[in-house]
Amino acid sequence: MTLRISELAWRNLVHDKVRLLVTVTGVVFAVVLIVVELGLFLGFTTTTSSVIDRSAADLWITGARVPYIEMGVPYSERKLSTVLATLGVAHATKTVVRFSQWQRHDGRQESVQVIGFDPNQSLGGPWNLVEGRVADVKLADNVIVDELYKEKLGVSRIGETFEIRGHRARVAGFTRGIRSFTTSPYVFTSFKSAQDFATVAEDHTIFILVKAAPGQDIEQLRSRLQARLKDVDVLTTSEFSAKTRFYWMFTTGAGVAVLLAALLGLVVGVVVVAQTIYATTMDHLAEYGTLKAMGATNGYLYRVIIQQAVVSAVVGYSLAMVVSAFVVRGSTKGGAAILLPLPMAIGMLGLTIVMCTGAALVSINRVTRLDPATVFKG
Amino acid sequence: MALIEARELVKTYAQGDAAMRALDDVSIDVNPGELMLFVGPSGSGKTTLLSIVGCILRPSSGSLRVLGDEVTHLRERDLPAIRRERIGFVFQAFNLFPTLTAQQNVALALDLRGVGGRQARDRAASLLDQVGLGAKLDAYPADLSGGQKQRVAIARALAGDPPVILADEPTAALDSQSGRAVMTLLHELAHERNRAIAIVTHDNRMLGYADRTVRMEDGRIVSDERRQVPEGAVA
Repeated sequence: MTLRISELAWRNLVHDKVRLLVTVTGVVFAVVLIVVELGLFLGFTTTTSSVIDRSAADLWITGARVPYIEMGVPYSERKLSTVLATLGVAHATKTVVRFSQWQRHDGRQESVQVIGFDPNQSLGGPWNLVEGRVADVKLADNVIVDELYKEKLGVSRIGETFEIRGHRARVAGFTRGIRSFTTSPYVFTSFKSAQDFATVAEDHTIFILVKAAPGQDIEQLRSRLQARLKDVDVLTTSEFSAKTRFYWMFTTGAGVAVLLAALLGLVVGVVVVAQTIYATTMDHLAEYGTLKAMGATNGYLYRVIIQQAVVSAVVGYSLAMVVSAFVVRGSTKGGAAILLPLPMAIGMLGLTIVMCTGAALVSINRVTRLDPATVFKG
Repeated sequence: MALIEARELVKTYAQGDAAMRALDDVSIDVNPGELMLFVGPSGSGKTTLLSIVGCILRPSSGSLRVLGDEVTHLRERDLPAIRRERIGFVFQAFNLFPTLTAQQNVALALDLRGVGGRQARDRAASLLDQVGLGAKLDAYPADLSGGQKQRVAIARALAGDPPVILADEPTAALDSQSGRAVMTLLHELAHERNRAIAIVTHDNRMLGYADRTVRMEDGRIVSDERRQVPEGAVA
């Protein structure tokens, strides 16, 4: 047995160009659909927890049983002293993440999520700044928003002033690509200003972010803090991130819907490819009978059929990746991020080949049952 | 020594509640250097016998030896190797692959045997040259006459260098001139290359090429006549 593409497989495939086009189109359609849905899922999950993942903190201290970041509840900021006095803590800072109302110049109200952080520390602040500096929020009322939401918030340039819950807010900088999973854009500001913007009592915080000392075991530190603090949960960043992702993706059903759509793409792809490969096989059934009579093993015939499926998969996948690249690129300026990391692109190639060879099983089953004696029946 | 020895072959098919005997106690030898014809009316069992002798169909009972090996008890998955290595087939409708050229059609038979690439192409070209189609290597079946298609099919049957060639109505789809050319080629293969050629035919014009004529009726052999044909008489 040789591994090269058999002449027969190749000729069968390219003989009917219209059918080949239909097969490849089916694969392209299915792969793009799966990539977009999985990319959306990936984009959504990344977006839901991006503030946590990019916080640079090792631990998040939340109110008791807080299910996800947007549901944080205020607790006494005096706990910060206890945290800072705990062995293994390098530094810690108070942080606010809470919904509020932004008032545009035209009077329209927009829901926003205020993120209050300590600009003197490196925990919980914005990233990807394209205009302004993080330190600019040290000035009272200064805020940083993402350029994706300029239109939604009615912002055109740095220096403009708006109102958040009746408090003056001045735009001091712009970030790029910090999306909110909810429809409420993030507004970064100092912790102090955030208490005003999000109506958090002066002696309260919503989260405490902890940076462990170098070499400190995070689990040990978490246990130590949890033992010393009452009525709060101490979570590692990855735990809190996973909780938040799980809530938005599965508790709300949003992720399930996206995954179902991806599954639908897979089913559509299998059906389209199976149908066209089966039709091709049926067209050449007499030839497969002749091959069997001539002494071809079932394995030889399977190889011919699977080679056709794999070629369809590779050609379809290649074209689909080109289309997907355009879709992904287009999504960077839209409200929903579609991510296509390299491991996913490589995984999609494997999935496409599995999908196409799986689709060929129907044809293989038909050829297996083929009686070579049919060659002597005229 | 006979290349194929069939003894007391019986093939029955279920027909409603009854059993129909397509072959009824048939014994026959197929010898090298001999062109034998199976003749008889439709339904006499010729094609059934050819299918069993070619290891495509299993007999209901009886014994079949191919090149000395008993094959009736072989597993289903072992039969393709017998067909591939020991028997060449020529079909009434040529059964060429329309998407492949003449050379590729012959090379495909070599590919089944694990011979590929240049070696297969060269061997295919040589075989086509031997059947007088050296100038038609790149022609597709649709561009060939019936006689030429059957010669490609014969070249394909010869690809594995089998000692036995079985042909089912090889001249039925050909005009008389092409039919004669094909029979002359098969006759030469029997006499000059010592192959055993067994042909099922309805075509009485071909009787003159036979070294041996086996007449069948109702699943039985009713006559088995040998005749020495002087060399050159059919050329």
